[in-house]
Amino acid sequence: MSELSQFLVSGVTVGAIYAAIALGFTLIYNASGVVNFAQGEFVVIGGMTAAALIGAGVPVWIAAPLAVFAGMLVGVVLYQLAIKPAREAPLVSLIIITIGASIFLRGAMQAVFDKQIHRYDGFSGDAPLRVGGATILPQSLWIVGGSIAVFAFLAWFLNRTRAGRGIKATASNRMAAALVGINTGRAMNLSFALSAAIGALAGVLATPVTFTSYDVGVLMALKGFSATMLGGVGSPLGALAGGLLIGLIEAMTAGYISSDYKDASAFVVILLVLFLRPQGLFGARITERV
Amino acid sequence: MAGQGTTTVPNGAGQTAAAKPRRAARRGIGPGLRTFLIFAVLVGLGALIFPSSYFYRVGTLVWINTLAVTGIVVLLGYVGLVSLGHAGFFAIGAYATAILPNYGIPSPLAMLAGVALAGGLALVVGRPILKLSGYYLAIATLGLGMLIWMVLSKEAWLTGGPDGMVVSGMNARNLFKLVGLKLKSAEAWYWVAGFAAAIGAAIAVNLAGSPTGRALRAIHDSDVAARSLGIDVARAKSLAFVISALYAAVAGALLALANGYITPETGGFMHSVEMVTMAVLGGASSVFGALVGALILTALPQLLTVFADYEHMVLGGIMVLTMTLMRRGLVPFIADLWTRRKS
Repeated sequence: MSELSQFLVSGVTVGAIYAAIALGFTLIYNASGVVNFAQGEFVVIGGMTAAALIGAGVPVWIAAPLAVFAGMLVGVVLYQLAIKPAREAPLVSLIIITIGASIFLRGAMQAVFDKQIHRYDGFSGDAPLRVGGATILPQSLWIVGGSIAVFAFLAWFLNRTRAGRGIKATASNRMAAALVGINTGRAMNLSFALSAAIGALAGVLATPVTFTSYDVGVLMALKGFSATMLGGVGSPLGALAGGLLIGLIEAMTAGYISSDYKDASAFVVILLVLFLRPQGLFGARITERV
Repeated sequence: MAGQGTTTVPNGAGQTAAAKPRRAARRGIGPGLRTFLIFAVLVGLGALIFPSSYFYRVGTLVWINTLAVTGIVVLLGYVGLVSLGHAGFFAIGAYATAILPNYGIPSPLAMLAGVALAGGLALVVGRPILKLSGYYLAIATLGLGMLIWMVLSKEAWLTGGPDGMVVSGMNARNLFKLVGLKLKSAEAWYWVAGFAAAIGAAIAVNLAGSPTGRALRAIHDSDVAARSLGIDVARAKSLAFVISALYAAVAGALLALANGYITPETGGFMHSVEMVTMAVLGGASSVFGALVGALILTALPQLLTVFADYEHMVLGGIMVLTMTLMRRGLVPFIADLWTRRKS
């Protein structure tokens, strides 16, 4: 029993990270229709920047926001330099561009930082809390709390603020949005900045538990995609639920089947979803605009 | 180059399309054969100027990569679909060729088995996914490729694990000995790889001009329009996916034999990305794009040692820059410049 609750705890922890990645991914997809394959790199940027700053003696409460800001900056640059010039390009070009950007960022990270694996201490120490037979790292609470906060923030921002509604309007029809006076260029910038910030935040929160290195971005992106697809592409609630489910499936696979293949579970989920229910758990039925 | 890439003959006049191959046939040379001959001349030219075995080995790699990228051309250039897991199929071909001879199966049969396995897997996985839009294939193949890579690195009892395994078996020298030619091993593999790339290119070119190829290119322009013409879009996409997986697997099998050693990285994500980058850089619409892309990205790391440190940035940068600045790749870009200067 305590074994199961331990797996549940670690499943929810990594699941919350995947959920945050999936939320960032959903935000860009909803705003621009672009599936951003570079989403995982933001997680690495967040984690690596925070690790480098903390390693240099910067206190964590300064390092963490700086790392999120660094991710945000890269997000805007990515949009301006790579996505925007190709906005009218066919889907396949956009896929190649975001993949290229992801590989480029991976290389840049290796050049700016190094090829080592990094971690730093949890925000509230690393002494585990005991809750009914399971041990919980305080950092896990930070991670889960962070993901829920991101979800709540997005729900509030997109529905209640002017800038957020601008993003939604731009997403549904760029030209109509521009006609009613919404600055669609700013809305796109904003959605990339936010999405990158969310990814970087996930990296900052997760690094004490999961560690980070320059090359984990693709794996993170893939877990994020799995979560998004399982939940239903475009649905924020789906992203949250999908992330937690993927985390739990992964933890159970590691615990009961084989820790060698824990990373495989996400891919198997993707393939099963594609075979059985391509619209995901919470997604609307896929309809194509022609 | 005829019958592919650049501009399609306006199909309103059905007889133009029909007349073209007939005229070509009268001259006794079709587009496929012509491509084969051009490739053969290039293979021969390489052999003329190569001073040492090292050059032959790099040349062999260029042809093997060209063959693999030709498969990407069929999928990406003809139909407009991205696969981020083709290294997985490549590795299936390679590892089957490496593993099966240890169980008493001769190399040629092992190669065939690997190629069949890759094609079968592409068929099973591709069909349901290809009914959906382009993103899904990219994501699913990304996952599939990683899954294959994972199995190759974890199942050490079968594959030697992350360290890779030695490939024993056939040597191309013996093929040439049969006809009385004594070649060094590196030279022999160079000719075999070049021949394979030439055959592969000829098949791809002939495919482009065939009714199936025309259907594929119709899908590239518009799924819906193609469907309204009575093309079974899902079936055609699935066919292109299987064909491209076959190309990758043959190339993988050749690499295993020519190198005599393989590691799971042949099936890794970066190798998949490398293949797509080669196609994109050279120009995914033609087999000559595949050749140019493979040549540049195979030779570059040999020439520039700094390349190894910045490999990711170079590959990623090439993908982004090509797609934003010259979307169709180098070969069509230069061909355009050339025709503009002439006129």
